[in-house]
Order: sequence, then structure tokens, then C-alpha cells
Amino acid sequence: MKVKSILENYVFVLPAVTIITIFYIIPFIWVFQLGFFEWDGITSTKIFVGLANFKEILTDGNWWQSLWNASYITLIALTFQNILAFLLALACDREIRLKNFYRVIFFIPPVLSEVVVGMIWRFVINDIDGANLINRALIGMGLGNLAHHWLSDPKIALTTVAIVHCWKGFGWGFLIFLAGLQTIPSQLYEAARVDGANAWHSFKNITLPLMIPVIVLVAILTVLGTMQIFVLIISLVGGEFAGHTSVPVLRILASMRGSSRFGYACAQSITFGLILVVISFIQYRFSKKARQA
Amino acid sequence: MSRGVFFKILSLVSLAFVILGCGGPAENKNAITVWHWMTDREPAFQELAKRYEAKTGIRVSFELYAPSDAYSRKVRAAAQGSTLPDIFGILGEKSDFASFVKAGHVLDLTPYMEAGDGSLKNRFFNNALAVNIFNKDNSYGAKPGIYGVPLDVMTIQMVYNKKLLKDLGSNPDKPPVNFQELLDIGKKLKGKDTQGFVSGWGELWMIDCFANNYAFNIMGKDKVLATIRGEVPYTDPDWIQVLDLFRQLAESGFLASGIVTMVNKTAEQLFANEKAVFAFNGSWCVNVYKGMNPDLNYGVILPPKVSDKYPMTIWGGAGSSLMVNANSKKKEDAVKFLDWLTAKEQQAYLAEATNNLPANKECLKDIPQALANFTKGMDSSTHPFVWGVSEFPAVIDALDKGIQSIIIGEKTAEAVAREVQKIKARELSKRK
Repeated sequence: MKVKSILENYVFVLPAVTIITIFYIIPFIWVFQLGFFEWDGITSTKIFVGLANFKEILTDGNWWQSLWNASYITLIALTFQNILAFLLALACDREIRLKNFYRVIFFIPPVLSEVVVGMIWRFVINDIDGANLINRALIGMGLGNLAHHWLSDPKIALTTVAIVHCWKGFGWGFLIFLAGLQTIPSQLYEAARVDGANAWHSFKNITLPLMIPVIVLVAILTVLGTMQIFVLIISLVGGEFAGHTSVPVLRILASMRGSSRFGYACAQSITFGLILVVISFIQYRFSKKARQA
Repeated sequence: MSRGVFFKILSLVSLAFVILGCGGPAENKNAITVWHWMTDREPAFQELAKRYEAKTGIRVSFELYAPSDAYSRKVRAAAQGSTLPDIFGILGEKSDFASFVKAGHVLDLTPYMEAGDGSLKNRFFNNALAVNIFNKDNSYGAKPGIYGVPLDVMTIQMVYNKKLLKDLGSNPDKPPVNFQELLDIGKKLKGKDTQGFVSGWGELWMIDCFANNYAFNIMGKDKVLATIRGEVPYTDPDWIQVLDLFRQLAESGFLASGIVTMVNKTAEQLFANEKAVFAFNGSWCVNVYKGMNPDLNYGVILPPKVSDKYPMTIWGGAGSSLMVNANSKKKEDAVKFLDWLTAKEQQAYLAEATNNLPANKECLKDIPQALANFTKGMDSSTHPFVWGVSEFPAVIDALDKGIQSIIIGEKTAEAVAREVQKIKARELSKRK
């Protein structure tokens, strides 16, 4: 009877275990294993190369450049995008007019496809002289010296990508921050007010500490989402543009499709995945300490 | 419902899923399945499939998977799982094509091509067929043979807007024939809203194509191929001259602003809307321009020469080819269908309906004039697939990105040449 009961329990978890094994665990093991092979992705011949692919990554300047580029975009998203999202969430958490309208408006960019966002912004800030709407507006306002080739100037192309990415992504942070703010009991603010606390004190001593788990969640999601950016770059600047807008996923794609080096691409994926895990772990530890403090 | 009954139902459902999941893809046993990526040709293919079924009783199922990137991934995945359709195309480099051949996925069509008096083989342009051939002792290690049937051909050339050229004070019937004339046009364009030259140079392969045209013109085919084999360095003065052309074009004002991040669709829109005098584009653009601006009056030229020592050579040959799955049970029917599809009548229909150059040379006289202009470049065409050697992808990547850097004034031709040669040396050392 007991055996039957145990078997029944296993049967109930079997579908979930099967799905996770087939779609997550096996592919992960396969990718990990392929990282040690040279393989073109088509033939059945795979040549075992040991750690050669990983050693090559260490000396692959394009790869590290792409990581730096993705980190730069992530840094801007972590600060500019999330601060903006937090401030807007704070504003919409109050009793202001049209707050539902703002909520909808702020959430439109995240639901748009990255390809669409790239094409819209490409239309606005394309580098065809005379056709760039931002430049025309700047010139119209007498700020012609600020007009730029936003996408093809190597000094600002990556920043342009980062800003468009922030425009697209801040709505997610806004929603999560807003949900977090709404879970803070209003009695805490009322008690603080009775004790003579001003708005800044309430924010510093109530809002911020209670929002730390949410801030960490948004930060982790921002890092994971932004480091893996690539569709927006393709639709905005056509690709890696002399290496200035190169990011890890584009490099992995180049290894896989451009060079037909599936083994190397898998090694790059593993390295990239490990880096993301380490960053997320550091963020988690940091937040744990912050909460304890 | 008792727990026992629920347990039995759950077990049955799980079993059903397992059984269904282990099955192969649903297959229409009477139909020949063709996978393709050519969105613009889909209606014409469907019409031809109907005609073929009416004629032979054999149904042909054209399945469209677009864009080409997604198609390419699907074909690779199908090859890994041995679920390729009866007929398919291979997108990518010749080395990818060779991998499919070596893995036994592609039927050797040589016996069919040479049957009779070689009527199937002889109907195609030589360059169109050549891209599907692996010669004896090819560097890819593929078994020699003909492995694909060309469906259409293409050439990549320069097109120019006759009205805009006239506005610049040039004779529209005498477009530039040498490189200096291009630079002079760039000078005339300074301060005007019109762009000089547009192309999808944000997509690296088009830069590669343009650079190769001039490499062939400046140093000749033998030296270009010697470079690929590693016998001539990229730091050779001829290569530096090729790279420096891009600096000259950029500094003269001939290149459109932002060309290094321009995708070809944008370039096509600018040219079709008469915002650019010149464009560098493939013969597929005839259909695109016709759709965007039916009244566009433009001419087609080879890129103007830098040197008279060697001829200007452009990329051309097979635009799209289809292969037969060597493991298909219907491979004989598939070959017969491709024979029918590339016969004169069907090719003329495809050319008319899709504005693509037919691979069958017998129906050239039936094609529209705009398209016929592109055929003039066929004699000057070559294709990386017929060179017999391939450059390392990492080297191509470095060369193309380096050219982008030259255009934006970030690097000199010499610096790019050194960087490319360094990568070439690294890749060559790996091969050893």
C-alpha cells in the first residue's frame, strides 16, 4: 500500500520532471558537452578539443569588447532606467490625476517588440542628413551644435542603443516598483507623520528599506535582460558596427552562423552564463547584507 | 472520480503524449515537400505547384519559412534530426554547403544533369551551375559532383538614378566609368540634401562584396585567391589600395551619411524615393524598386574601375538553388519536379511574376528590360562559391568591420590591413 502511494506521488511529478529534463537539463548538458568539441553543427563528426575553446575565449579581444559593451549598456540601464522607473512609480503611487492613464502609457514600450522599437527609433534618429527628427528639432531650437549622427558616430552609438533600451525597458521596472510600493502599509507613513517625519525621512526610513527586495529583483532582472540584448541592436544599427555595438549574444550568433563553430559558440554561451550567474549571486549577497543592515 | 480512476486516466494521457511525441512529423505521402525562404516568390511557387499537379497528378507542397535566418536555423536543425524535406535550399557559405554534402544530406545530381545530352545541365548559366558544383580535389573535402539546381541568378552591381545624375550636370546616358568620376560626383553633392551612394553596409556582407569587386580590379583574381590561401598578406600594397578606396569615397562625400549602419532595406527606400543618386544592390532590387516606385528611371553599371590592368569583376551567379534530400523516398520525383521547374516555360513565368533573373539562359529574351540590364553583368561575374577556397570567417569579419572603421575615419587602411593580417596569421596557425 505504501509502495503504491509512493509510486502515485512519483507519477504526479513525472510530467514536470520529464518536461524539465527534456527542455532544460538535457539541452544544458548538451551545450556544456559541446563546448569541449569543434563541430560545424551539421556533420556527425565532432572533434574533442578539451579546453581549447575556453582558452581561445580568454584571448578573443572581440568577445571581451562585446562583454564590455553589454556591461556599459547594463550600467546605464541599472542606473538611469531604474531610477527613472522608481521615481515614476513613486509619482504614480500617490493620488494624482490620470494615474491609470500614465500607468498604461509607461507600459506600452515594454510590450512592443524590440524589432518594432528599433525601427521606430531608427526612423526618429536615422543618420540620413536632413531626415533625423531629433536633429531637426535641435536645429530648430537653435541647438544645432548638439545634432549628431546618433547611430554611426562610434563615440555615441552605444549610448544611443542604451538609451533606446532604457526607453523600452523602464516600464517593467515601473510596474514592479509600483506593485512593491503598494504593498507598504499606509499606517507606517501615518505613524511616521505623527512622529514628525517629513517626506524625505519617510522615504529614507520606510520606503527604501522595505523596497530593497524589490529593488534587488528589478536589478537582477535588468542585468539578465540587458546583458542579453541583441535584437534591438540589429534593428537599430544593423549589427556590430565596426565592433562598437557588439554584444555577447551577437558574438555567439556570429560564431554559430557566421563561422559555423558550434563548439566555440557553446563555450561562449557557458562562459557568458557563468558570468551572469556570478553577477546575480553578488547582487543577491549584496542585497542580503543591505537588508540585514 | 476515485483516485484509482484518476490515476489510470493520467497514465493513459501520459502514455498517449509519449507515443505521439516519439512519432515523426506528419507526412503527406503523395506530396513532394519543398522548404524555402523566398517570401516574394511564394505566390508564384503556389501557382506552379498547382500547374504541376494538374499536369502530373503529383502534389507539391511549398512551405515558406522566413526570414532567411530562421529558415537557415530550421534547415540545420532538420539536418541534425534527419527530418529534412524532399527539396530544400542551403543558405550560408560554401563550407556550410560542403558540410551538408559530407553528412550525406544532399543528393549528387550529376547523373541526372548529364543524362541524355546533358539537356538539364546545359540549360543553365555556367556561373549559376558552378556554385552548386564541388570539383575534384576541392578544399572542402566534399565528394565531387553537382549538388544543386539553380532556380534564378543574380548579379550585384551599381544602379544610378538618371534624373538625379542629370541634375548634377552629368550626362545620364554616360554614367561614370572610372573611380575618379565617382569621387567628383561626391564633391558635387556637398551641401545638397541628395545622398550620393547608399547600400546595406550595416550588413557586413555587402561591404565585403564591394571590396572584393575592387580587389579583383586592382590585383586580379589570382592574387585575391593567393591571399585567401595565405600566400599574399593583407598588408600587401594592393590590399591597402583597396582599403584606402573607402577612405577616399567617404572623404569625397560620395557615401551617404550613416552608411556604416544602413540596412539594405533603408538603402532601397532611399534610392527608390529618389533621395540617392547611386546604390549598390543585387538584381532582386528590380522587384523592390518596382514595388516602391514604378516610375523610377535608373540604369545599371559595373562599379567604375580603378585600374585598367584587370577587369572589374562583380559577384553574381546563382541567386537561389534548391537541393534534393539524398535520404528522401521521393528523390526521383523531386528531381523530376526540379527539371520541370527550371524548364523554359516555368522559368519565364517565374521571371515575369517575381522579377528575378532566370537561371535558364534559354528564356532571357522573354524577360523585362529592367531585369535584362542586370544580365549584362553576368559575363563579368564571379562568386566566392566557385573560387575553390574560402577565407576564414574571422578574417572576413575583421576586414569588413575594419572597412567600417575606415569609413568613419577611425582607422587608416594600413592599420586595418595589419589587424586583418594578424587574424589571418592566427587562423592559419590554428589550421596547422
